[in-house]
Formats: sequence, C-alpha cells, structure tokens
Amino acid sequence: MARRESIKSATKNNQNSPSTKKVSGAKVSKVSSLNLLHAWWGHHKRSCRDSLQRLLKTPLQTLFTCLVIAIAIALPVGLFLGLQNAQQLGQGWQNSAQMSAFLKRGAKPLAIEKLQASLEKNQSIKSIEVISPVRALSEFQRYSGLGDVSLELDENPLPTVFIIQPAGTISQPDELSALKKAIASNSLVDSVQLDLGWLRRLNELLILGERFVIALASLLLVGVLLIIGNTLRLAIENRREEIVVTKMVGGTNGFVRRPFLYTGFWYGLGGGILAIFLLVVVGFWLAEPINNLISLYESQYSLKGFGIDTIGILLLGSAFLGWLGAWVAVTRHLRQVEPV
Amino acid sequence: MIHFDNISKRYAEGRDALLNVNFELDAGEMAFLTGHSGAGKSTLLKLIMLIERPTRGKVSIGGKNLAKISDSQIPYLRRQIGVVFQNHQLLFDRSVFENVALPLQISGMPFKEQGRRVRAALDKVGLLDKENSNPLALSGGEQQRVGIARAVVNKPAILLADEPTGNLDPELSAEIMQLFQDFKSVGVSVLIATHDIALINSMRCPIMELSAGRLVRNEIEAKLGQDKGSY
Repeated sequence: MARRESIKSATKNNQNSPSTKKVSGAKVSKVSSLNLLHAWWGHHKRSCRDSLQRLLKTPLQTLFTCLVIAIAIALPVGLFLGLQNAQQLGQGWQNSAQMSAFLKRGAKPLAIEKLQASLEKNQSIKSIEVISPVRALSEFQRYSGLGDVSLELDENPLPTVFIIQPAGTISQPDELSALKKAIASNSLVDSVQLDLGWLRRLNELLILGERFVIALASLLLVGVLLIIGNTLRLAIENRREEIVVTKMVGGTNGFVRRPFLYTGFWYGLGGGILAIFLLVVVGFWLAEPINNLISLYESQYSLKGFGIDTIGILLLGSAFLGWLGAWVAVTRHLRQVEPV
Repeated sequence: MIHFDNISKRYAEGRDALLNVNFELDAGEMAFLTGHSGAGKSTLLKLIMLIERPTRGKVSIGGKNLAKISDSQIPYLRRQIGVVFQNHQLLFDRSVFENVALPLQISGMPFKEQGRRVRAALDKVGLLDKENSNPLALSGGEQQRVGIARAVVNKPAILLADEPTGNLDPELSAEIMQLFQDFKSVGVSVLIATHDIALINSMRCPIMELSAGRLVRNEIEAKLGQDKGSY
C-alpha cells in the first residue's frame, strides 16, 4: 500500500504543527515553528518596507491622498482645540462672576457683622467685600453725576451691600444659582443679584460647539475610512494577479492582507503628520489676531496649542485609522479576488 | 492520492459542470484529463484545489476528505499541490528567482533554504542561468518552465497542469512533458488537463475524457482494476 501514502499533513500542516511527509520520494517542505515565527516577522518587515516604497514610487499621488486625510483630521482637531480654548476662557469669566447681596435697610451693624462672619465660613464663598451705605453713597455721588441730587436727601437711602466672590470650585450656573438662593434665604438679606443669563448662554453655546465638533469629526472620520478604502480598492485591483497567484500557491488571507494593511497604516501616518503641519501653520497665522483680541478684553488668558502628548495621540490615532480603513476595504475586496 | 467519489458539481446558475465523476489517481501516477472546452476539466481541477466545492460526492486528497477542510485550512492544502497554468501566471514585477521563491516565502522557509530550493527547481527546468532575469525577458517556453519550477519548488505530492502546452510548439511541448514524466517518476501524482490530442497520443499515460460533465473514458480505472488483482 505504499502507493496509497496519504498527505494528511495537508490539513495538519498548519503553523503550529508542521510535519514532514514522505510521499514516495517527494518530500513536503519541512518548516519549524521558530522558522515560521521568523518568517512571519520577516514578512511583516518586508510588507512594511515594500508598501512604503510603493507609495513613494508615486509621490504626488500619495501626497494628495495624505493631504485629503490630513485635512479631514486637521479640521475637527483644530476646531476641538479652539473649543477647548473657548471653554477655558469661559471658565475664567465664570470664575469672575460676582454676586451682590443687598441687605435690609434697617439692619443693625452688629447683625451685619455676624452675617458676614457666618457667610465667610461658607465653603462656596471665596471672599466678601462689604460696602457700607456711606461708601456706597460717596461712590454714587462720584460716578453717577447726580451728586448734587443726593446731597439734598436728608437720609442715606442706600443699603449695605455684600460683594460676594464665589469660590473657584463654583463655576457652573446651577451651582451659582444654588449659592444665590442660600444667601437670599437669610432674613437680613433683601435681595441677591447675579447675572446668570449670559453665563448660561455661553455654556449652552459651548455645549452646542462641542456637539457640532463631535458630529463633524465623526463624519470626517468616516470620510477618512472611505478615502483609504477607495484608495486601497484601486491598489488591490492593480495587484489582482499577484493576489490570485499568492492564493493559488497557498498564501493565507493574512499573508495577502498584510501589505495592504501597511499601505493603509502609511497613508494614515502620512495624513497625521501633514495634519499636524497644517495645524501648526494655521495656529501661527491665527495666534497674533487672537492674542490681540484677548488683550482688548483685558484678559490674562494665553492661547493653548497642543503638546507632545496630543501629537503622539494624533499620530497613533491617524495611523490606526489608516490601518482600520485598509482592513475594512481589504477584507471586503479580497473576497472578490478569488482564483478562478 | 486524488480520489473522486461520485462527484457532481452544479453551479449556481443551474449548469451541471460535473456529473457522477469517479476516479482515483495514485501517487507516482500521471494521467491526462481531456475533453472539449466546457466539458468540466477546469471544474475538476478547481475541486482538487478547493477553489470550488462539490455539490454532491466526496473528494479525497491523500485520504483526507476535503469536505472536512475548513476555508481557513485551504491555504495549507494548496501548499501540497503544485499548479501549472496555461498562461503561467508569473509576476512581472519581480525576478524569476522571486517568482519561484513565492511558495517558499509563503510557507515561511528560511531564506538560505529558499535559495537552495529555488536553484534546485530552476536547475531541474534548465533555467539556472536566468534566475535574475525578469520573466518578461524570457520566451514562452521558458516562462512556462519558470511556472513549472514554481509549482514544484515546494516538492508537492500532487502536480496539476491546466493546458500547460497551450501556447507552445510541439518540440517545446515535448520538453515540458518530459519534465512532468520526471516528477511522476519520483512519486508525484501528475494530472494534466489538455486537449492537445497529438501530445496525448505521444505519451503512454492513462487518459480520462470528460464530455458534458461525465467521465466517458477512464483508462486509470481499467489499469487500477488490473492492479487490484495483485493486492
């Protein structure tokens, strides 16, 4: 039965259990596990290098593809950075929100002192400035231009006012209005004024901006995946013959897919690098007018760009995105490239 | 080595490509598969390569039922089978050496060993001096021999050929056939699909003839019947 020798190894001869089978003189290749690992690593290195070389062979085409990816990445990242700056700027303004508590006119100085002491113990309050009726009146005379009118009053009509500076931890409109309520509940307090309207509007605008950026970013990410997918579809089409031959001589899907995944990786990485370049250029161009604008608002705020960690995340993210786009495209299209 | 047990193949569009085909090709045996175009030759080869799966019946390779081979195992099966194509399917973006080395790269053979094997295969087909050429620079016969070198470099147990002499003149065809004979004599099962009658007649090999998907002539069967008596 020597002639009936089987090649069971056909199915068993996978990467983990390579085997040698003698078939009447014809030896099936013997490959050890270590060799397989070595070959696997080698193929990764070669795919990585070859795919880059292929891209560099058509530099202009590659540059354009990377540029499209770069714009799609830079746009949401730039908007996000702008939003972050706006949020921090807004927070600065919110921290400077003051409340004016008008005390009842008949309040005794001793009671006022007691109230001040008890409010100063409140964790939500940073400081209290007390403006006595006398001081208020003199300021009124000085600034209102109605000085003479007030002189004719036989009694000072102004109440004592507490200018309350909330603690730094209190910045949300909700927290501020809770604090306002707490102060107003005091029997000595006539009314508390806090202009929350503009703060609320700013907050809502920032939330809206954030959602807008997230929606835009999601759309553009899908765009990047589609761009890479389409580019790779063409690459697969161009190398159709190679794929068919590779599959015929026993190439696994992983082996066939690998160079394309690296192509996607390089596109993504190239797009990421260009995106950073675009952001830096635009940043420089915008920095001066923005700083001028901020200084007109007498703010100490300085623009925040991105640090080394943001760059790292951006590059990793874009390379991963490229890889993912390639994976989706290649998995879809390789099924269509079957040997026939 | 290759065993077809009552195989039928019907394509999705309803065409019967093969109907109740039975044959068995042993190790070290060489046979011709013939018939008009559309008779089912290509389908039969595709079933061995697991490019297609049969609608009915059982294909076994080396005693292994192919129905039990999952899609992810197919590549490992194909590494046991060398294929020679009519249009040789060489890749023109790389040298002759790299074309022949492709199956070895895929199976993960160390580079040094690859070189040794590739040169042995190229030597066998008489193209050792062309290893650095681009396949485009070779003649049709030479290209076909590179295709054969690639098919045998992995030392497969089975060698399939689909119209291997389709574009070659009789003299070159005879050379190619001699190569197949040589592989047969070292124990490889060789199955050659062709409709080159002159070529078939010049060789002393069993012939299987397909007509409209049926095996209308099977000389292996007859011979096997004789053999079985001696078992």
